[in-house]
Amino acid sequence: MLRDITLGQYYQTDSVIHKLDPRVKLVATIVFIISLFLIDNFIGYIIAAAFLAGIVKLSKVPFRYMIKGMKSIVLLLMIAVVFNLFLTPGEPLISVWKLTVTKEGLRFAVMMAVRLVFLIIGSSLMTLTTTPNNLTDGMEKLMSPLKKLHVPVHEVSMMMSIALRFIPILLEETDKIMKAQIARGADFESGNLIKKAKSLVPLLVPLFISAFRRANDLAMAMEARCYRGGEHRTKMKPLIYCKRDGAAYVVLLIYAVVCVYFGRIFTI
Amino acid sequence: MGIIEAKKLIFEYIRRDEEGNVEGITRAVDEVDLDIKQGDFVAILGHNGSGKSTLAKHLNAILYPTEGTVWVDGKDTAKEEYLWDIRQNAGMVFQNPDNQIIGQVVEEDVGFGPENMGVPTKEIWERVEESLKAVGMYKYRKHSPNKLSGGQKQRVSIAGVIAMHPKCIILDEPTAMLDPNGRKEVIRAVRALNQVEGITVILITHYMEEIIHTDKAIVMDKGRIAMQGTPREIFSQVEKLKELRLDVPQVTLLAHELKKSGVALPEGILTYEELIAALMAQ
Amino acid sequence: MAIILDHVSHIYEEGTAMEVAALKDVNLVIPDGQFIGLIGHTGSGKSTLVQHLNGLMKPTSGHIYYNGADIHEEGYNKKELRSKVGLVFQYPEHQLFEIDVFSDVCFGPKNMGLDEKEVQLRAYAALKQVGLEDDYFYQSPFDLSGGQKRRVAIAGVLAMKPEVLILDEPTAGLDPKGRDEILDQIASLREETGITVILVSHSMDDVAKYVDRIVVMNQGGVMYDDEPKNVFRFYKELEAVGLAAPQVTYIMQALKEKGFPVNTDIITIDDAKNEILRALGMDK
Repeated sequence: MLRDITLGQYYQTDSVIHKLDPRVKLVATIVFIISLFLIDNFIGYIIAAAFLAGIVKLSKVPFRYMIKGMKSIVLLLMIAVVFNLFLTPGEPLISVWKLTVTKEGLRFAVMMAVRLVFLIIGSSLMTLTTTPNNLTDGMEKLMSPLKKLHVPVHEVSMMMSIALRFIPILLEETDKIMKAQIARGADFESGNLIKKAKSLVPLLVPLFISAFRRANDLAMAMEARCYRGGEHRTKMKPLIYCKRDGAAYVVLLIYAVVCVYFGRIFTI
Repeated sequence: MGIIEAKKLIFEYIRRDEEGNVEGITRAVDEVDLDIKQGDFVAILGHNGSGKSTLAKHLNAILYPTEGTVWVDGKDTAKEEYLWDIRQNAGMVFQNPDNQIIGQVVEEDVGFGPENMGVPTKEIWERVEESLKAVGMYKYRKHSPNKLSGGQKQRVSIAGVIAMHPKCIILDEPTAMLDPNGRKEVIRAVRALNQVEGITVILITHYMEEIIHTDKAIVMDKGRIAMQGTPREIFSQVEKLKELRLDVPQVTLLAHELKKSGVALPEGILTYEELIAALMAQ
Repeated sequence: MAIILDHVSHIYEEGTAMEVAALKDVNLVIPDGQFIGLIGHTGSGKSTLVQHLNGLMKPTSGHIYYNGADIHEEGYNKKELRSKVGLVFQYPEHQLFEIDVFSDVCFGPKNMGLDEKEVQLRAYAALKQVGLEDDYFYQSPFDLSGGQKRRVAIAGVLAMKPEVLILDEPTAGLDPKGRDEILDQIASLREETGITVILVSHSMDDVAKYVDRIVVMNQGGVMYDDEPKNVFRFYKELEAVGLAAPQVTYIMQALKEKGFPVNTDIITIDDAKNEILRALGMDK
């Protein structure tokens, strides 16, 4: 039951997008998100939509699979739309009771909805086509200039990849402890908020103890295998740019220029 | 000098109360001497809390002696400058298969040790391949460790250690959390490493069947060495093993009982072929 | 009365390509007071099966009856069922959470809504049943040894006074002496109280000595269900599915093949000793 979270989970298939260097995908995602907030006209959105559609097509991830992950954010989307729709001052369009929809409000609401949907599709495309490991490797490499400023880049990325490895294990463990306590008559569902919070103690205490035990074991196992931080370390799968990645950067640059020109500067 | 040597090794835990005052001192390892030769297969036995795991952690410089000295390949484990040499030469496999796999893909996990050692990329791949082949896990190299059985996970952990090209490996109760099939898989892989690759193996366990094929067994109790000798010598002392909270393989136990009832059998029968042959000779 | 499983199946992801049958048409009757060994290797469905017995999992088809009532009928009191059918999970010490041993054991009876005094009486009795000395009652459960922690966890279930006690691999990770102590304790508990016990294990050697009946699970179905000695006659078939009969069975079989006149329906070392002595003409 706890393992049904699919938002942006890696989707195994063989596509050009999957093969791209994770750094390209990270940069592209950031550029795309920035572009969404720079655009303020209709043409701009068409360009962004076309760009996104092209990548979705290339990624070979079924569109249905992507939409499935979006169900959880529908509520958030609705709230954003409703707020913008009713609370933006300006030229009134329709007025019902005390609520007024303005021309500007409508414009904002639509823009906000499109932005959010594009943003989520765009960023989940990255996680759908990149293994978590690859992603952390990419981040480490991209942020490595920060090392000079004493930012613990290697440590952060190691922490992220360990966390990712242990999430399924801890979820399974939660399930097991929950069942064991239910077998002893525990009730995790009924009662008011305070009672519910209290009923979590028999679940959380064993879970924390287990997490600490695992962390301790893992630290020892890593030390035993000569782990001593990022220095002197070589990589089994080093990130090396190839032609494909260069081409992707060129495409990205063209997109950015076109998008900014038509979506912002070229106004009627 | 052997690959692993210990002289008068003592290790004490200091217990403290909530304010940090010393409450008491527990001696977990008490004057232990060891001399393990290159290529040996040695078992360390003992009940839970006998000090066998604490001893094992000294052989890889995870713990340092309170008194006495431990040498791995001639190097004193208490000396900071040898730390990484020692950890590379004496690889260690732990009990819980889930808590020692770092990679999210089998091959990446096996590559973790060599990466830490700074081995060049091309050679890492070669090492990963040969290590996974040595434990029979090569075809699972692209799998997620979460999808493997307990025995398979432990074999991946063993591969992760041999990829560091150690001279000896220490396995700290590697089979305690496995089912009988998983146990057999792991023991078979370990025996092959010892016989084919000539790696020194130190196996810590409380499963008596697992030590039958070792060269030497050491029984620990209260932090001390209570018995040592060949498995046959150890198993001929059924009553003493029982006192030490251990047992003997059922065949050995049956032979022991028969002997007590007056059947003339040799001491320390280990396999049922031996028992049957001895009985047929009656 | 009894637990009855009537054509119970449990299929994960039914109707999809990932369909996995964890249980396939299991029919079992578990009468009161029996000592049953449930054997199977990892993934044979034995753990899934026991979670059906106390209603933690619901079969995708089939029915489970406890004392004549269908446990998945509308309005059936599952909480009460769980106190009657006590389930001790694998590594049960991982579920301990209270500040002291005694409070932890109180958790089960407290959830049943019993009054304070009754809760304490039950907790005390349960701790005595698992043989834990009074000195440990007010210690933190996390300061105990592995074997003691496990006893506390078992007491936590016993304090609900179940009619059926299910133990999933109660000896996993314990040393030989610890293993024997726990199993002996369970056997004597059963003798004293007449409770039904289901011992889940993958080791025939462990259960052979104690149980009246062995149920062997394989690939989600019941492979054998009989008295131990009758089950062990199929030692070759058991081996084919990754299980093994007790070592004694192999010894007796091998002796017989070599022309030694012994009875092979033997399970324990003691019986084997007497049988061999008899065959050698050395019995008294």
